[in-house]
Amino acid sequence: MEIHQITIQAGIDKLGNTERLPDLRINKGEIYGIVGPTGSGKSQLIADIEQLAQGDTASKRRILINGAIPSHELRSDPRKKMVAQLSQNMNFFADMPVADFLKLHAKCRGKSKVDIKQVISIANTLTGEPINASDNLTILSGGQTRALMVADVAIISESPIVLIDEIENAGIKKHEALQLLSGEGKIILVVTHDPVLALSAQKRIIMRNGGMRDIIESTYREKQISLQLNDIDRCILALREDVRAGRKIEEVNFEALRHELSFL
Amino acid sequence: MKFIIVAGTPGAGKTAVLIHTLKILLQQNVKPSVVKIDCLYSDDPKRFAKLGVPVQLGLSMDMCPDHFSIYNTDAILEFARAQNSEFLIMETAGLCHRCAPYTTNSLGVCVIDATSGPNNPMKVGPFLSCADIVVITKGDMISQAEREIFRECILETNQNCSIIEANGLSGQGASELALQIRSTKKRVSENESLRHNAPFAVCTLCAGEKRVGAEHHRGLLRKMNGMQEYVGE
Repeated sequence: MEIHQITIQAGIDKLGNTERLPDLRINKGEIYGIVGPTGSGKSQLIADIEQLAQGDTASKRRILINGAIPSHELRSDPRKKMVAQLSQNMNFFADMPVADFLKLHAKCRGKSKVDIKQVISIANTLTGEPINASDNLTILSGGQTRALMVADVAIISESPIVLIDEIENAGIKKHEALQLLSGEGKIILVVTHDPVLALSAQKRIIMRNGGMRDIIESTYREKQISLQLNDIDRCILALREDVRAGRKIEEVNFEALRHELSFL
Repeated sequence: MKFIIVAGTPGAGKTAVLIHTLKILLQQNVKPSVVKIDCLYSDDPKRFAKLGVPVQLGLSMDMCPDHFSIYNTDAILEFARAQNSEFLIMETAGLCHRCAPYTTNSLGVCVIDATSGPNNPMKVGPFLSCADIVVITKGDMISQAEREIFRECILETNQNCSIIEANGLSGQGASELALQIRSTKKRVSENESLRHNAPFAVCTLCAGEKRVGAEHHRGLLRKMNGMQEYVGE
């Protein structure tokens, strides 16, 4: 089944008032940011989309696929699932080796041909200490867990709708991770507090008190700012890698940074 | 009368899910009675009573809690009939992985915690494998991948169950459980029997034996190597 559009039918906020933003239609190929203070309902919004909620969650939202109510199978059968979600959870509870876990998940998603080694090697491009196929899931560090979740979502859960919750908190290479997760023609929603990521989305949904409050389309100026922020971000991430690698920081090119900032 | 039996490991969220479900049923003008079985102590009847439903507590004390609820089924059904309830919901203490409290014509609901790991559905035994509905709680605490694997492991243990992903805090999934409770065609009969047998044993522990060594024990006994024998008169 091909997906052209999802519709988020407005529900209620935490006070029980109807959401200010009316029904929202998101088309194939669009990238949306979701922003708002902590506790404003960002994670609930993407949880609603993940479950294809039908008025049965706290927000009472309904999610339509191509304008229609999705079937029960689409909602529950992982083989038919159209939504891949990278949640904020930083832990695995399953007590089993990495390779077994990935194989089991590939089986659940009906993808028996997935190359497990490739999934692990992709995860290892995002994190510092490499993950081994025989490592037990529960001993992985926060960053390793998150990197493995990203690779799993990108390759095993590979779906036309991708939901990403605060990828910047994971201590992994966020730009690379985001690139891995997004793809041509997908619908992507990114919950973020990070201005670099928020401004790089075409539109962003503003959350307040559990409800969708507003929507902002990113302007030409914002896109320019986003690119400049990207450069600054890259500089800081490079420094982070140096610090992590145990190197001493002799010099930072503040001139270049100032040059970037002068355009802001 | 419809008889809904809810089982699950302690802390899985049976009461939390039930409270959300009862609220929905009450809104739909369904008036159920609730019986809560526990071992030594329970606060839950107060939580149920706040909703305005008739509630009775049974404490099994020195008796096995599942055996207690089975032994008292007639009295429990009588309580609900006296309330003129069409629906009786019984929440069991549900401690033993070898028992299932569901009777042939009840609606068996198993509540299981997704954070207990994907091997758990295989471990918990008949109260999952004979259930009509399996409610998975705490799914919001694990990744999507783990949720999907957990679901698959449940289906491997019980192919025919209907699975509901629920959240005891937000009430997600309660409307679907309420719908399935309302639409069940099962009616409790005069001659109910258990879906699954309990462990075969008249055990010395039941009779109050506290000593640990093998020589103090009688009944149907099974050794670590799998050998099973009956010791006694």
